[in-house]
Amino acid sequence: MATAIQIENVSKVYRLGAMGTGTLSHDLNRWFAKVRGKEDPFLKVGVKNDRTDGIDSEYVRSLNDISFNVQQGESLGVIGRNGAGKSTLLKILSRITGPSTGSIKIKGRIASLLEVGTGFHPELTGRENIYLNGAILGMRKAEISRKLDEIIAFSGIGKYIDTPVKRYSSGMYVRLAFAVAAHLEPEILIVDEVLAVGDAEFQKKCLGKMKDVSGEGRTVIFVSHNMAAVKSLCQNAILLKHGELVASGIADDVVSMYLGMDDKSGGISAFFQPIKADDVTVTKLAFKPPKADIGEPITEGQGAELEIEYNIENNNADRYHFTFHLYNEAGEVLFGFSPTREDVKLINGKNVLFCQFPNYFFNVGTYYLTMLIVKDRKNVIKAERDAAVLRVVQQARNIGEWYGREPGYLIPSFTWRHNS
Amino acid sequence: MSAQNHPHEEWDMVIESKHSLFDLHLRDVWRYRDLLTLMVRRDFVSLYKQTILGPIWFFLQPLLTTFTFLIVFGKLAKIETGETPQPLFYLSGIVLWTYFSECLVKTSTVFKDNTSIFGKVYFPRLIVPLSIVVSNLLKLGIQSLLFILILLYYIFFKDYSIEFTPYLLLLPLMVVLMAMLGLSLGMIISSLTTKYRDLAFLVAFGVQLLMYATPIIYPLSNLAKNEKALNILKWNPMAPIVEGVRKGLFNEGYFSFGYLGYAVAVSVVLLSVAVIVFNKVEKSFIDTI
Repeated sequence: MATAIQIENVSKVYRLGAMGTGTLSHDLNRWFAKVRGKEDPFLKVGVKNDRTDGIDSEYVRSLNDISFNVQQGESLGVIGRNGAGKSTLLKILSRITGPSTGSIKIKGRIASLLEVGTGFHPELTGRENIYLNGAILGMRKAEISRKLDEIIAFSGIGKYIDTPVKRYSSGMYVRLAFAVAAHLEPEILIVDEVLAVGDAEFQKKCLGKMKDVSGEGRTVIFVSHNMAAVKSLCQNAILLKHGELVASGIADDVVSMYLGMDDKSGGISAFFQPIKADDVTVTKLAFKPPKADIGEPITEGQGAELEIEYNIENNNADRYHFTFHLYNEAGEVLFGFSPTREDVKLINGKNVLFCQFPNYFFNVGTYYLTMLIVKDRKNVIKAERDAAVLRVVQQARNIGEWYGREPGYLIPSFTWRHNS
Repeated sequence: MSAQNHPHEEWDMVIESKHSLFDLHLRDVWRYRDLLTLMVRRDFVSLYKQTILGPIWFFLQPLLTTFTFLIVFGKLAKIETGETPQPLFYLSGIVLWTYFSECLVKTSTVFKDNTSIFGKVYFPRLIVPLSIVVSNLLKLGIQSLLFILILLYYIFFKDYSIEFTPYLLLLPLMVVLMAMLGLSLGMIISSLTTKYRDLAFLVAFGVQLLMYATPIIYPLSNLAKNEKALNILKWNPMAPIVEGVRKGLFNEGYFSFGYLGYAVAVSVVLLSVAVIVFNKVEKSFIDTI
């Protein structure tokens, strides 16, 4: 297959802080270095974009030496945490801003949906805005006229098409905007988080349209935080971290890698600091899917296991016990649990304890575990907050299914029966 | 996702960190020509929506300004305007000046005003300043009609004998020159204000001051007695344009082809500078604005 996009050594440097009187002196400095044939004094190599670090440089590399190719007809997911450089990459690809170094070669017409409804004028009617917005997105007037009926039908707001869009509800506005965008016919389509818009029915329509686009052999680059959507819509994916390309390959693998990615604030396996109190040391504490390794993603409906590796010295095991509290992201406690309730006692020496959660228990979301070590049944000698993180993700779903999240934190499975 | 290279492949587009100074993406601009017409349409349709008088404002603005000038400069300050009836003299100046200054002022905020669009989608940035020039050209056409109406009134009811001269044939060139001057000054200011906002403060009153330095409310010939002022003010490239148009309309004005050549030279140089600056800035202004 031919290459549609070739990205070579692309970096993007941003200046931190406010633009002010210092800007001019920096500019002059930089210009003088260029005149003398020296390297740009402010573009130092190797400054990572890690927002948690104390910053010693005024400039930061939002993208650092990224290279990859996209084949024609491929649908590529771009994933990574906030601040990983996803949006910067999209902005460079869609020519909104230029790269600081490197080059990008593109074959075919490119269109990007970084935000729908760009350039809508509130005073103009829906119909007038279809033309204007279509032209901004790169369509010819004749092309829009040809598709006008289709666009109006897709938006589902035919009745209001000759009303100024300032009178539209926000839902109608988004529908119309997406309808225009959906009828672009570029060889390469760049999409950023459009899935967040609209109700379930409209979401379904949008995803179907995107699937059509990639089905017609066109290239799609899709940035999203919705892993289920990335898995279902993309064959391949790349993973960005602090502006660097850390993984690329089959979407499923890259998504798994992303979900298992170590996180300093989260405290999963690799960064786990042993918890110590008196004679007790907890050397490992993590959630994992049943019959799998720590680091593998836990999907909804699948069940999970909590693994606790501990060591008790001085033969004092009967004096201690463990209690756990599980918190949601809002910091509310969901429930507490303890092996003592099931009469499981701790054992002297080094041991591994498992706690098994049933299938259909945790809803999609992130949960934080607090571990308490209790001595003599009454004294809490250690309370380790956020000792482990449980991240439950969506399964890949079929197109046409609801992509949203069920309400609540638990999705228990009950027994149902009729009275007959 | 294979890493192999295709060295001889044809690319439709190459984005690089370095680029040539004069590459204006004119091919792109041509491809987006429908956007230009739609933007002009938008400017017109949206401008007077929800107003009672609507497009009549196109006439009211120059009329009221002429009226003010008649009182302030004509009656109170008693500034000589030669043989030409004062309303015609002022109106011709106002219509021309409005075209130039609107091109300049509106272009000078192109980047700032369109940040939200430019930050979301790519199209040749040049389209926006061009659409401003075209919108104002249409406005100039409408206001010229007003001028013609008043001129006819003077011919039929005031027995004003009109003396068109062949110089009037230069009018299209004059309009192009004004567009070039307004556009290039606006583009330079717009480009520089993406990083240094200081210039934005200058534009509003700068244009006002520039009007007094241009023979709008007085003919250049008025300055014959004051050689010092004449020697300074005649370097204003707008002067030969305004004087030239008046020479064509009323056969009164300070005009020579050498003088016009000066205006042409300034316009060409300014436009080249503007293109280079604009081209350099449009690549990454979104990071600094």
